[in-house]
Amino acid sequence: MTRLPVKKTYKLFIGGSFVRSESGRYDRSEEHNIPRASRKDVRDAVAAARKASGAWAGRTAYNRGQILYRFAEALESRAADIGAEREDVEASIDVLVHYAGWTDKLQPVLGGINPVAAPFLSFSVPEPTGVVGIVAPDAPPLLGLVAELAPALAAGNTAVVVLSDERPLPGLDLGEVLGIADVPGGVVNLLSGRRAELAPVLAGHHALSAIVDASGDPSLAAQIDKLAAESVTRVRHAEPTASYAAATADPLSRLEAVTELKTAWHPVGA
Amino acid sequence: MATQEQRTKIVWDYAPAPESPEHVRLRDSYGLFIEGEFRDPADGTRVQSINPATEEPVAEVAFAGPGDVRRAVEAARAAQPAWAALSGLERGKYLFRVARLIQERARELAIVESMDGGKPIRESRDVDVPLAAAHFFHYAGWADKLSYGMGGRAVEPLGVAAQIVPWNFPLLMAAWKLAPALACGNTAVLKPAETTPVTALLLAEIIQEAELPPGVVQIIPGDGPAGATLVREPDIDKVAFTGSTAVGKDIQAALAGRGISLTLELGGKSANIVFEDAALDQAVEGIVNGIFFNQGHVCCAGSRLLIQESVAETVVSKLWDRMGRLRVGDPLDKNTDVGAINSREQLDRITALVASGEEEGALRRSVACELPERGYWFAPTLFTDVAPAHRIAAEEIFGPVVSVLTFRTQAEAIEKANSTPYGLAAGIWTDKGSKAFEVAAALQAGVVWQNTYNKFDPSAAFGGYKESGFGREGGMSGLRPYLRTTP
Repeated sequence: MTRLPVKKTYKLFIGGSFVRSESGRYDRSEEHNIPRASRKDVRDAVAAARKASGAWAGRTAYNRGQILYRFAEALESRAADIGAEREDVEASIDVLVHYAGWTDKLQPVLGGINPVAAPFLSFSVPEPTGVVGIVAPDAPPLLGLVAELAPALAAGNTAVVVLSDERPLPGLDLGEVLGIADVPGGVVNLLSGRRAELAPVLAGHHALSAIVDASGDPSLAAQIDKLAAESVTRVRHAEPTASYAAATADPLSRLEAVTELKTAWHPVGA
Repeated sequence: MATQEQRTKIVWDYAPAPESPEHVRLRDSYGLFIEGEFRDPADGTRVQSINPATEEPVAEVAFAGPGDVRRAVEAARAAQPAWAALSGLERGKYLFRVARLIQERARELAIVESMDGGKPIRESRDVDVPLAAAHFFHYAGWADKLSYGMGGRAVEPLGVAAQIVPWNFPLLMAAWKLAPALACGNTAVLKPAETTPVTALLLAEIIQEAELPPGVVQIIPGDGPAGATLVREPDIDKVAFTGSTAVGKDIQAALAGRGISLTLELGGKSANIVFEDAALDQAVEGIVNGIFFNQGHVCCAGSRLLIQESVAETVVSKLWDRMGRLRVGDPLDKNTDVGAINSREQLDRITALVASGEEEGALRRSVACELPERGYWFAPTLFTDVAPAHRIAAEEIFGPVVSVLTFRTQAEAIEKANSTPYGLAAGIWTDKGSKAFEVAAALQAGVVWQNTYNKFDPSAAFGGYKESGFGREGGMSGLRPYLRTTP
C-alpha cells in the first residue's frame, strides 16, 4: 500500500509564528498555495519587528554571533529541505557564517575613542538603526535575500522581508529554519505576496528605520525613495547578490547602511 | 495663565566691552564665487545682508538665479577630475593652507559672524571660528589616508557635491561640509543661508588666497528656491544638507530614483535629563549652555528639560535665578551671553510657538531684561507645567526657550526622551557613572553628553537618528558620505 504524503501548508512568518495572511488571499507558486500578504500583514510584521528590536539589539555581540552561526548550522542541516538549488543554499550558509563573525568586529572597525581637543572621553559606537525592511530579488531566491538579511541581523537590527514574487518558497522555508535556530521571534519576519503591492507599504511605514531594496527593479526604486522620505527612512538600493563572493566583497558598506553611529561625551577630571 | 516675574535687579554690572569692527575689511558688494572669481549674477539678484542686532546692512551680496546655479555646477564638474587626480598629500596641503588662513583672519571672521548672524562675539570667537579652522586641519590630514578611514577599502570620490548650510553656524557649517568633501577629492557647490552669507564669502576669499584651483569650490548665496534648484541639478553626485526636517524630507523626495548620495543633518528636540543625584549647580550651568547657547538656534539644543521630580522645584528655582543673570544684548559686547535672534522671520516663529505654549496651558516665565529698541530679540524663556503633547514640548522652537517636563524613574526618563520623531542629541546629568552609561546606551540620539552639553570636535562624529537625519559629519565617519568604494 502506498503511503499518502503529508503536504506542507505554506504560511507567512510574523513574530515567530506561522500565520495565514489576514486577507485570506493566496497565489499559486511551484504547485503550492502561497499566502498573499496584505497591507495589514506588512503592518503586523513591522510591529512584531519593532517589538523584538530592543531585546535583540541589547544582546551581546558574542551572543548574536552565536545565534547567527546557529542559523547557519540549522540551514546546513536542512539544506535538502529548502526549495532552492544546492549552490544557492550553500552560498547562503557561508554568507551567514561570514556575517556571524561580524557581530563583534563592527564596533572596533567603525567606532573608537575620539581624540578631542578638550578634557573629555569622547567615543563613537555603531548601533543598529532599528527595523530594516528588505525587498528580496527573484534570483537567486535564497542568497538574494540572505545576503541582505545577514548584515541587518549582524548589526543588531530586526527585519521584515518581502520575498520574491516568482520564487517565494525558499524564503518561506527559511522561516522554519529560523524557528530551530534560536533566532528570537519577531527578529525576522517573512512575507510572500506581490512585491509591487507590499514594498511601497513597507517603504512608507513610519516605524521602519531603513529599507534595503535588492529587487533590482528600477520601476520600484523611485517609489521606494519617495515613500521613505516621508519619515527620513534610510535607503540602500542594491543589485541582486548572485554569489558568495558578491555578498562578501564589501560587507562593511552593507553593514553601514543599517547602522547608526552614537557619539558620547564624558568629562574627565571635572 | 501666563505670569511674568520681575527679576531681582542686579546691583552690580559690567562695563560694556565691545569688540571693535574697525579692522574688518568688507567689500561693499560680493559677487557669486564661481570658478575662482567673484562674478556678477547672470540671472540672480543683489540683496543686502542685514545685521539682526541693528537692522542695518552688513554688505551687499549677490544671490544666485537658476542660471547661476547651473554655471556653478558646471564649473565644479569641469574642475573635479584634476582635483581628484592630485595626490592626497597635495590636496591636503591646500586644506592646511585654508585652516591656517582661517586662523590668521580669526578675529575678523568672528566679528563679521556676529554682525551678520547676531551671535555673541564670545561664541563666534571661541567656538565657531576655531572649530572651522580645526575641521579643515583635521580633514586636510585625512586626504592622503582615505582608505585607512574606510576600514581598508579602496575608494574614490563621488564627484560634484551640492551642499546647503543653515544660518545658525554659517562659517562652521561651511567648514563641516567643504573640508571632508574636498579632502576626498570631490569638488563642491556650497549654498550659504539666505540671512547669513557674508562669512562664507570671506571663506571664498581665503580659498582664493590659498590658491585652490578654480572650480574646486563654488560659493553661491541664495534663498530657498536656489537650494531647491541646486539639488535638482542633473549633474551632481552628492547632496549634503543641514537644516529643518521639513526641507530635508523635500530634498530626499526630490532625489527619489536618481541614485544620488544624500546626507541629512536635520532638526531636533533634544532631551536634557537631570537626575536627582546630579551636581545640581553644575547641571544648571549645563542647562543654560544647552538651551541659550547661540540664542537656542542650535539643532541639538537641549530644549526639552527632563528633571527628576524630587529635585524639579530646586532645579527650576536655580535655573530661573541663573537666567536672570544672563546678559542679553549687543552681540559684539564680549560680556554678552545671549545675542540677537537671527531674523525677523525666526523671531516671528519663536513668538508664535511661545504663544501656543501659553494658550495650551503651560506656565511661561520670560526674563524681564531690557532689550535694545532696534533689532530682533527674544528674552530667555522658561516653560513649566508642560505636557508632552504641547507644541512647545514636541516641535523645534530654535530659540531661547526651554520646556520643563518631569519624571519619576529612569525608565520613564528614557521613554520620554525617546518619545519624539527626532533623535539628534541628549544630555544626562548624574554623578553615578554606571547610570550615565546605561541611559546613554538607551537613548536614540546621535550625540549624548554626560555632565556637559554642546561640545563639538572635528574628530568626533555628529549626526542624528530617526527624523534628525542620516549620515555623520566629523571624524573618520565623516569621510563615508563623500566616497564610494571600488572593487
